[in-house]
Amino acid sequence: MTVLRTTINKEKKEKILDNENVQALLLFLLSLGIFLLFWEMGAKLKIFSKGMPTASLTIKELWYWVTHPFYKNGPNDMGIGWNLLISLRRVAIGYTLASLIAVPLGILVGISKVAFKAFNPYFQLLKPVSPLAWLPLGLYIFRDSELTGIFIITIASIWPTLTNTAFGVANVDSSYLNVSKTLGASRWRTIFKVIIPAALPNIISGLRISMGISWLVIVAAEMLLGTGLGYFIWNEWNNLYIPNILVAIFIIGIVGIVLDQIFAYLEKIVSFGKQS
Amino acid sequence: MSTSYSTNNQTVTTNSATESQISLRHISKMFPGRSGWLNKITGQASSDFVAIEDINLDIEHNTFVSIIGPSGCGKSTLLDIIAGLSTASSGEVLINGQVVDKPGPDRGMVFQNYALMPWMTVLGNIKFAVETVFPKMPAKQQQRIIKENIQLVGLTGAEKKHPHELSGGMRQRVGIARALAINPQILLMDEPFGALDALTRGFLQDEIERIWEQQRKTAIMITHSIDEALLLSDRIIMMTKGPAARIDEVLEVPFPRPRDRTTVENHPDYLKLKQEMEDHLYRETRAVEAARIK
Repeated sequence: MTVLRTTINKEKKEKILDNENVQALLLFLLSLGIFLLFWEMGAKLKIFSKGMPTASLTIKELWYWVTHPFYKNGPNDMGIGWNLLISLRRVAIGYTLASLIAVPLGILVGISKVAFKAFNPYFQLLKPVSPLAWLPLGLYIFRDSELTGIFIITIASIWPTLTNTAFGVANVDSSYLNVSKTLGASRWRTIFKVIIPAALPNIISGLRISMGISWLVIVAAEMLLGTGLGYFIWNEWNNLYIPNILVAIFIIGIVGIVLDQIFAYLEKIVSFGKQS
Repeated sequence: MSTSYSTNNQTVTTNSATESQISLRHISKMFPGRSGWLNKITGQASSDFVAIEDINLDIEHNTFVSIIGPSGCGKSTLLDIIAGLSTASSGEVLINGQVVDKPGPDRGMVFQNYALMPWMTVLGNIKFAVETVFPKMPAKQQQRIIKENIQLVGLTGAEKKHPHELSGGMRQRVGIARALAINPQILLMDEPFGALDALTRGFLQDEIERIWEQQRKTAIMITHSIDEALLLSDRIIMMTKGPAARIDEVLEVPFPRPRDRTTVENHPDYLKLKQEMEDHLYRETRAVEAARIK
């Protein structure tokens, strides 16, 4: 009995270090420490290019920006919080517009084989075009940088949602459709009660990819448009102050993670036991 | 326990109880192959495939019929044609003397893979069926039907669960409740217990027997299991191997009802019938394998 108990205790003790997550966390912290140390030493010893800031200075700047997010001394000197909100607002509007177009259009195209064949050439042609290629056209049409930004985001985030929705709708499990048929359900009832819910995991995946792309594109677009996180980076480049550029990169990454995780959570809700 | 809500299903039943409810007349199903010069060039040409050929069958009211045959003999194709999910290449299906060529709620279907909507709860799946078939029925009455049928298959308490939270046996209970909730004249079952383990299978067979004694709907079941067919059926249709499968023999099962496993197995005719079916299946399956080797 005592022998048994001691073995159990041993197993428990070992488990804390055996745990995969604990191991991963330790490895992460170790690698981060080595990275920061290498950066700090390298910058102090000037083995990197000229003007490379130290890790400590960058972290100090990060702390400053995070604790002073909302101040305003004119368009070229704003807290990073304001810039973040400006970027998020553009993404929200452009992305919502794109989704409102892409989801219904994707459903239509997914349901009708004729529509799919007829419209697919447009999607295939436009999908690989970098959204930034639309920038001059947007500026010419709208004569307004704000509207152009939204336009670019809309164009960028329409395709993944559209193609994923069409794919999901076109590939609904035929047994669900057979159930609907044997019950004599009308076309509309089948679409709204069966096809759309069945395609929802694909639709959400498309929305997730679209959100990722919007967040990628907004930073690039804003460098050319003024205000927003992209402009913040561009402005600091003009000031030749590298620590703030690094701070902005970090913040863009964190916001990207948060946006992505929201959709990951939504995907989980609609998966109903299916691995996706 | 006959369900009290009225449908227009029972109108024809009264003229004569002996007249057959389902008639299959010269049913054939051919799946066209690929032909044409383009397919020939790309090497994708294939010849036409005749799944079933000239099936003739009459099924009387309130009988339980099983269809048994070697794999790939077109049993499911035949059931799909009766359900209206697939159309016959030639011949016709008559239900109560009328030609049917599309699915309808007069035929309730139980699927092998359950075909439950994963985003709907147990209640939601059955509700979807009831609301689709009886859109004008008052909500209270719909709820009563749903509740009765959940009770009938013994799932009371699991109403709010989603299919992925249920075992295979429980999922098929939902499938059965959904098929019965629309009060169909005919119950079609495509290997309903094929994906279940032996014990669960036995439970559900007993359940089907019990429910069938209560409702006595005309039922057609596809099965691979001899015991299952003998336990549940009034008649057993034995099909030959495909391609061009046809009906080889029809067995009458004389066991008295209500049945249970022990009384059926002790019946003097049981072994003889079982032997006959085994011989048939053995012969046909051998022929399938022989054809494959060629």
